[in-house]
Amino acid sequence: MKAGPLQAARLVMVRDLRLAFRKPSQLLQPLMFFMIVATLFPLTLTPELSRLRDAAPGVLWVGALLSSLLALEFLFREDAQDGTLEQFALSGQSLTWMLFAKTCVHWLLTGLPLALSAPVAAVGLGVPAEAMWSVVAALALGGFALSLIGAISAGLTLGARRGGVLLSLLTLPLAVPILVFGADATQRAITGGEIAPPMYLLGAIAVLGVTLAPLAAAAAVRIGLE
Amino acid sequence: MLNVSGLHLWRGDRHVLRNVSFTVDAGQCLLLTGRNGAGKTTLLRAVAGLLDPEQGEVSWRGTAARKSRGEFHAELAYLGHDAPLKGDLTGRENLRYSIGIRRAVAANEIHAALERTGAQPFADRPVRTLSAGQRRRVALAGVLLTGAVLWLLDEPTTNLDSDGKRLVASLIEQQLAAGGIVVAAVHQDLDLGSGSVVNLELAAA
Amino acid sequence: MATWTWFHRFGSPPWVYGFAARWAPWFGGAAVLSMLIALYGGLILAPPDYQQKDAFRIVYIHAPVATMSMAVYSTMAVAAAVGLIWRMKVAHAAAAACAPIGAWFTVATLATGMLWGKPMWGAYWVWDPRLTSELVLLFLYFGYMGLRAGIEDPQKADKASAVLAIVGAVNIPIIKYSVNWWNSLHQPATRLIGEADMDWSMVWPLLLMLAAFFLYFGWVMLIRLRAELLRRERNASWVREVVA
Repeated sequence: MKAGPLQAARLVMVRDLRLAFRKPSQLLQPLMFFMIVATLFPLTLTPELSRLRDAAPGVLWVGALLSSLLALEFLFREDAQDGTLEQFALSGQSLTWMLFAKTCVHWLLTGLPLALSAPVAAVGLGVPAEAMWSVVAALALGGFALSLIGAISAGLTLGARRGGVLLSLLTLPLAVPILVFGADATQRAITGGEIAPPMYLLGAIAVLGVTLAPLAAAAAVRIGLE
Repeated sequence: MLNVSGLHLWRGDRHVLRNVSFTVDAGQCLLLTGRNGAGKTTLLRAVAGLLDPEQGEVSWRGTAARKSRGEFHAELAYLGHDAPLKGDLTGRENLRYSIGIRRAVAANEIHAALERTGAQPFADRPVRTLSAGQRRRVALAGVLLTGAVLWLLDEPTTNLDSDGKRLVASLIEQQLAAGGIVVAAVHQDLDLGSGSVVNLELAAA
Repeated sequence: MATWTWFHRFGSPPWVYGFAARWAPWFGGAAVLSMLIALYGGLILAPPDYQQKDAFRIVYIHAPVATMSMAVYSTMAVAAAVGLIWRMKVAHAAAAACAPIGAWFTVATLATGMLWGKPMWGAYWVWDPRLTSELVLLFLYFGYMGLRAGIEDPQKADKASAVLAIVGAVNIPIIKYSVNWWNSLHQPATRLIGEADMDWSMVWPLLLMLAAFFLYFGWVMLIRLRAELLRRERNASWVREVVA
């Protein structure tokens, strides 16, 4: 009895999660990277919290982008190297759904933990306590959109030399709207303004990403497997 | 059932496949022979739909494979040079996932397939601790479990000892007897007892 | 069917090579001619702007190259899509030929914009939506060219960069409409025809410059396309005949 696309996607998610937890040390790396980046700014800019607060949205979002890019390299690379990605493409199931599942796992293991631990970094950047929930929400939503878009560039750079640098170069232009709105939402949260407008825009990008990005990623992966 | 006609494929500047045509029917086995670089792997991948030929067509059961890719792949099992297994999972877990995304598979089915290919003794160790030959046996169990009608095998006996080579031959014979089709790229002749075998020699570019 | 004959002709590299050879000089000549006339009209004939005096004249370069930066990308994306869907080698070659031209147009847009920004706003650069998305366009061009260079296999490079070009096309409407969607420092679109915001004596050189740059793009693109086709088909018999 042939499995449906959702079933196949669910199984891929379970597989990826199980694999990730077999190497727990790797899970922490993007998070550590984010913390290091967030620490570098107070060290190099200024220790004054009031001035750091102005830079906080930028620092948080650039840090989130950089650690997301770091983790994106591993989204497809291992599966491409050992031939299991090829088997996905040959399974007769929807590659789009399976790659969407992989992207969701990537976010669950990278973007979401990052968003949840952002308050730790944010405190060091002078972000007031009332803003924390909004900071977490914006980073979580934006991180999801980043993972979706990053999946496209990860697929495109599968067969390329210096894939890591190229992946960042390709993801950046597409990630700019996410950064702009996400930082805006964070800024408004810090100054106590209305965060709904940029959050809605972030949500719209995420929805657009969910519908289109896995399709583009699947096309990119099939090309990369040739 | 499998018909390839007028296949031309370039990889970069090299005209790797030149006007390749053949037909294979149920119960038949096509053995691809030729020197290194002759295009055996390329042909298998083109038939599987992983590579896009510049000219020519692959059709399965009368329809172009490109048009009904999902259905074609559901009836196809492809085994490349390296066993497609995740190193951090055990052989059994690997099969549970790789077959599970195709069809619902029960634990005793997996057990039976692993027994058949002699992989049962090491099925519960992480694949990265296995030798290349052991991995191939797990991968062959995977091919069995797909229940696919068409097998595309790229040098299936690599890394196997003489027992393993006999295993591959008997698996292929079993598949042919069940009305399946096997297209295999081989370096030496595979000793297949019964079943009709056709040879296709590919010339290097 | 006449349209299908055209389509098939454009799918044949030697035919396109000959087509480009015949038409390129005409594009070139027309481009030079219209540019000279337009520059005369814009720099000499048109009266100075009542606010910006003569500084506004940079619009005769800035606005057309800005439009071209987006138009070339759109052409590239369409060619890439055609190459991907109908598997036409010539379409992929055309997309590859467009990319560096578009990148230069984008650089010219940003440079002329900066030169204009200093007298207009007092700053060489502001991070407003239109400028930022134009900068993003430049990164997209770099990414496209970088991806092409980074993939060894030419067919894979063609297809992968085609997907990138298509995905990146979402940026084009963002650039175009960003001045309408957000309050920004960059001025919104000026109506040129009908209920015009600008006097006709200022408008016609602008339109002619745009046409001139389009012709210029056509000229350079056809030349690059010929070189691209020769390179890709260097082992084919028609190339050996041409070179002999």
